[in-house]
Amino acid sequence: MIEFLNRLFGREPSSQTAKERLKLVLLSDHLSLAPDVIEALKRDLFEVISRYVEIDAANCDVTFEQREKQVAMMANIPILGMQKRPVPPAPPASHTNGSPKPPRKASANGNGTPRRRRRKPPQQQTMPQPQLAQVSPQPT
Amino acid sequence: MINQVVQDEVPVAGDLPRVRGRAIVVTSGKGGVGKTTTTANLGTALAALGASVVLVDADVGLRNLDIVLGLEARVRHHVLDVLEGLVTLDDALVTDKRVPKLRLLAAAQTREKDDVDTVAFRDLIGTLRDRFDYVLIDCPAGIEKGFVNAIAGADEAIVVCTPEVAAVRDADRVVGLLGDDRKVELIVNRLRPALVRKGKMLSVEDVNDILHLPLLGVIADAPDVIVSTNRGQPVALDPASEVGESYRAIARRITGQDRAAPEVPREKTFFGKLFGGRS
Repeated sequence: MIEFLNRLFGREPSSQTAKERLKLVLLSDHLSLAPDVIEALKRDLFEVISRYVEIDAANCDVTFEQREKQVAMMANIPILGMQKRPVPPAPPASHTNGSPKPPRKASANGNGTPRRRRRKPPQQQTMPQPQLAQVSPQPT
Repeated sequence: MINQVVQDEVPVAGDLPRVRGRAIVVTSGKGGVGKTTTTANLGTALAALGASVVLVDADVGLRNLDIVLGLEARVRHHVLDVLEGLVTLDDALVTDKRVPKLRLLAAAQTREKDDVDTVAFRDLIGTLRDRFDYVLIDCPAGIEKGFVNAIAGADEAIVVCTPEVAAVRDADRVVGLLGDDRKVELIVNRLRPALVRKGKMLSVEDVNDILHLPLLGVIADAPDVIVSTNRGQPVALDPASEVGESYRAIARRITGQDRAAPEVPREKTFFGKLFGGRS
């Protein structure tokens, strides 16, 4: 009877909770990363991608899956459109003139929304951008 | 009753020319999940199939395999006596009179795991492999020296895991430590099918969704096991016990006689409950 009521009110069975807790703790164990570090990794990942394309931050999802021998990271990042002026890749160490430093934090405004506009870097027009040509915006 | 089990089964390996036996470590990481009970019952069931089996208790300092088997009164010498050259291997091996193909090499109770030299222990397992079809090693809980010693000579491992978060997490750690060179298989122990159905216990699939191991067998949580341990009579010797049959099925799977997928225990029916009781 109690089971039935629990199901009726959408309370998850404890075995399901156990399974989810296990998956999370084993991910931490395997990667030797604390859960908050994993959160930081996700944030940085979104931030890097949003330098090039405009992403749907609210619907971004990064999951980790245990495969036979290793952990696989899967990111589902809906793309709303191209950034008007994508930031070029960071220049090699020898090439030090004038590229702006990439921002350290994922979001300056603190709510996870990526920045949309960036200042045009001086060497923009001379940089090849073959990778960007391959990214096609997702129809939304 | 015991003879019946022996005669009913087809002997394996007995008359074949001697090939090197298999050394299988029974391990889990977490304590109290049933490693010793599993070792005792699989050894008994394998020997009842006609294979020559030696059980090695690697839990130096906390030996229990002898008492679970009901052989505690007959242990005179232990593994450290052999390693230190005080007695011969044959002096230390105890024969199980119920299943004469089964031998026990007990652990020392008054010594520590650090007293055992890993290389010497590995070599001892090698010597036993030359003499027996199966060398089953009962690994202590933990991942320290006792674990390292126990797995050193084993080329196969059986991971025993109960459907609990702590046991699964520790089993996962142990699987990592066993490395890629060993064949590793899983026994899910103490499953309660009624709880699984109600969503109150992890299922075999849930456990193996995380561990990703070949499933060797599933053992139900049954009073038979407790009763048989009280008596020092491995439940695998009881032809009427369902759990005993689960152990015998695992033994047949180990020898390769049974290649079907393991059966997952089901809930007992009302009549099963009424007539299946034992005390």
